[in-house]
Parts: sequence; C-alpha cells; structure tokens
Amino acid sequence: MKNNKTLTYMDSVHRDGRIWNISMMILLLLFPVAVGIIFNAGPDWQGVGLGLVATAPMYWAVGVVEVITFIPMLGAGGSYLSFVTGNISNLKLPCAINALENAKVDAKSEEGEIISTIAISVSSIVTTVIIALGVLLIVPLQPLLESPVLKPAFDQMLPALFGALGVALISKNWKLAIAPVALMLVLFIFVPALDAGTVGIMVPVGVLFTIAVSRILYKKGLI
Amino acid sequence: MQFSANHPILFVLVGIIIAAVLGQSIYFLVKSVRRAKATNMDMTKIKKTIVTAAIFTIAPAVAIVITVLSLSQSLGIALPWLRLSVVGSLSYEAIAAANAASGMGTTLADLAGSISASQYLTISVVMTISIMVGIWLVPVIAKKYQSGLMSFENKDKKWSDILQNSLFIGMISAFVGFVFCDVNRLWSESARVVESKDNLTGEIVEKIFSSTSGLIPVVVMAVSAICMCLCGVLINKLKWKWVNDYALPICMIIGMAVAIPVTAWLG
Repeated sequence: MKNNKTLTYMDSVHRDGRIWNISMMILLLLFPVAVGIIFNAGPDWQGVGLGLVATAPMYWAVGVVEVITFIPMLGAGGSYLSFVTGNISNLKLPCAINALENAKVDAKSEEGEIISTIAISVSSIVTTVIIALGVLLIVPLQPLLESPVLKPAFDQMLPALFGALGVALISKNWKLAIAPVALMLVLFIFVPALDAGTVGIMVPVGVLFTIAVSRILYKKGLI
Repeated sequence: MQFSANHPILFVLVGIIIAAVLGQSIYFLVKSVRRAKATNMDMTKIKKTIVTAAIFTIAPAVAIVITVLSLSQSLGIALPWLRLSVVGSLSYEAIAAANAASGMGTTLADLAGSISASQYLTISVVMTISIMVGIWLVPVIAKKYQSGLMSFENKDKKWSDILQNSLFIGMISAFVGFVFCDVNRLWSESARVVESKDNLTGEIVEKIFSSTSGLIPVVVMAVSAICMCLCGVLINKLKWKWVNDYALPICMIIGMAVAIPVTAWLG
C-alpha cells in the first residue's frame, strides 16, 4: 500500500477528491433527512416515485455521458469540484478552457491540471459568493434582476459566451471543426425536436462525431 | 415546529452545506496554488488565471441568481439557494421541481405560499437524487479513466493531442448548432408557434414568435465572435497583451449588451 510519502500529486488529488465528493454526497442527502426530522414530516412517496421516474432516467443517463465526456477536459481536480458545484457546460468548462488557452498550457499536463483546477475553484467560489449575496440582497435586487430591459441580455448569455470562445478555439483547429459544426448546424436547423433544452444531450454526440472525423483525418494524414 | 419554506432553520442547514462546498473549492484552490509554487510555475500566470476566472464568472453567476429568484416564488429562498449552489444547472432545477410537484398532483404555482413540509421534502428528495450521478461516479471512475488516457497518450502523443482538441471542438460545435436552433422560424410558420410547459403552473403555454426572432442568438454570437477577432488584432498587432486575459468576459458582456437592442429590433 502506498503511504503519503510515495503518493504523487495526482494520486493525492484523487484521494482528496474522493473524500470530498463522497462527504458532499452524504451531506446533500442529509438535507431532506434533517428537514423531515426537524419538522416531523415524511415525503409523499408517490410524489417521490413519480417525480423520480419523470426526471431521473434522463438526467442519470446524461450524467454518465457527461462524466465520461468532461473528465478529460476538466482534469482531475476540476472534475471532482465541477460535479459537486454544477453548471459545468455553461460556466465551469468554458472557464477552464479559457484559462488553459490564456496560460498556453497543455490540458493533459500537470500544469494544465493545476491551471484548470485553479480556474474552476475560483469560479466556484465566486459563484457561491454571488448567489449568497443575491440571497442576502434579494429584496433590493429583485426589481433590477427581473427588469424586462435586462432580460434579453441574460437570455442570450450562452450565444455571447460561445461566440467568443468558439472563434478562439475553432480558428486554431478549423480542419477538425468543419464537419462537426456543419453537422450540428444541419441537425439543429432542420430537426424540430432539437431545441435549447437538448443541447446538453447533443454535446456528447458532437464530441463522438468529432473524434470519429478526427481519427479519419489523422489516418489519412490530413491533420 | 411550524413549517415555512423560509424558516430560519432551513437557512442554517443550507448555510452549513454551502460552507462545505466553499470549503472544497478553497481546499482545491490552495492545493493547486501550493503545487504550482512547488513546481516553480510562473506565479504571474497563476494570478492572471485567478483574476480572469473571477471576472469571467460574474455574469453567468448573476444569471443563476435570477433562477433562484424565479424558483423562490414557490419553494422559498433556502432550497433554490442550495440547489443552484451545488450540482444543478439553470435548466435542471426548475424541471425537477416541476416534475416532483406534478407527481404529487399539483403545480409549483399552487404550492406558492402554502407548501407543506411533506411537499417540500418530496421536492427536495427528487431534486437531490435525480442529479446525483456525477458526484459519486467521478470518484468511482476518474482515476482509472485518467490513467487509461495517460497510457494512451504515451502510445501516440500526436493522436492524443488531436483527441483532446476534438473533445473541445465537439462541445463547441454542439453549442454553435444550438444557437441556430430557431433560425427555421424564418421560413416555417409552425416553428413560430412554440408550445411549452410552464414549470411554475404546469400549464401548456403557447407563444408566438416573429419570423426573425430566431436570428437574435445568431447576431449575438456573431457580434461576440467579431469582438474576439478584434481582441486578437489588439493582442497580435498592437501588442496589447493584457487584453488576452480579459478578452472572453469583455466579448461576452458586449454580446449580452447587444442582445438588448437586437431583441427589440428582431424579436
């Protein structure tokens, strides 16, 4: 068995990540238990069953695919943190990608692991603090945040984010990007079932298709 | 004890969990910075990463606060505060809460102001369990998965680099496609009539959009992309290196700001 002296940095990240995530899972599950004990109430089991049937299968399936897709992009520390703090594809992952691009480091290197974990940690801290401030100042902030003037700006946050991030990444990998971008444009424009709510499901599809195309281009010596 | 969705004890419970989440983030931040120092990484790079990540996060975090506000109408403030600070996402929480309410034969709108402890408990159980996969699956597979990727890299370094870029491009391509998902309103009359379930009331709501409304996200994305290209010119031609660190948040904010007049014009 390895002791602390022989643990590599990555080993220690995995050890600490496992401890944190399992502890957080237990803590999250304890919330409803504590509410039930304090208020002397039990859940409506039929409501739990029907609610889970309607929600869980899709999100469990998406969750498994997200874990497999995002771990190589987020790094080890970033993955442990992101899957606890959430908002991965709309916040944590773009934040990590931007940090790796700015620092000009390889995502797979130890430097990349450190940069990505720092970016995701800071993003998680800032998000938690801003939400807490929002909750504290909910009364004075509500008219501003729900203002119809500002609504279009927040509605279009993802296009604004992925326009800037997309041009930075695609310009550096345009040969890889042509086929998947074309496929996604055709699918999203011409398949009515694909809407804003399905983008999370289409990320793994885009990733798998890009890997397949890249492999063909690589084997043919085109990249 | 008399239940209320805004009972102080709920804020104490949520505060404890959020403090733990904050603790995990601070722990990993400190651990990474220490490692960066120990391996003699350029500390200016680390400081820039911290500042840029913090600035970049502000706008998306404010958008999350807006979701807390909308869910707080029926669930009080404590539960949405917890759910949006851990695991969840902007879209997931409202759907999970609405499905749990529907499972009890009611809607979130009907629960507003009169939610019982049992209903609150039911909704929080569904919201918690339905999104739990990532938290336990990462500890189970991350180490083996990463070491598999590493040994793969040692076999073929070039393909491994291409594979990494393919992951990023695959994700970006899905979001680029999503931006165009309503463009068909230009030529399809049926696409302009959108029926969606209101998560709050459970009712099917019919919305009629203008033919050009699907172009709003496209214009916003284009403006943001052009802005990024201009930043590239400033960095490479005028040697304004500092722009590099703030380019993404600047372009994102400009894109969001442009959305206001563009929505008034095309929406």
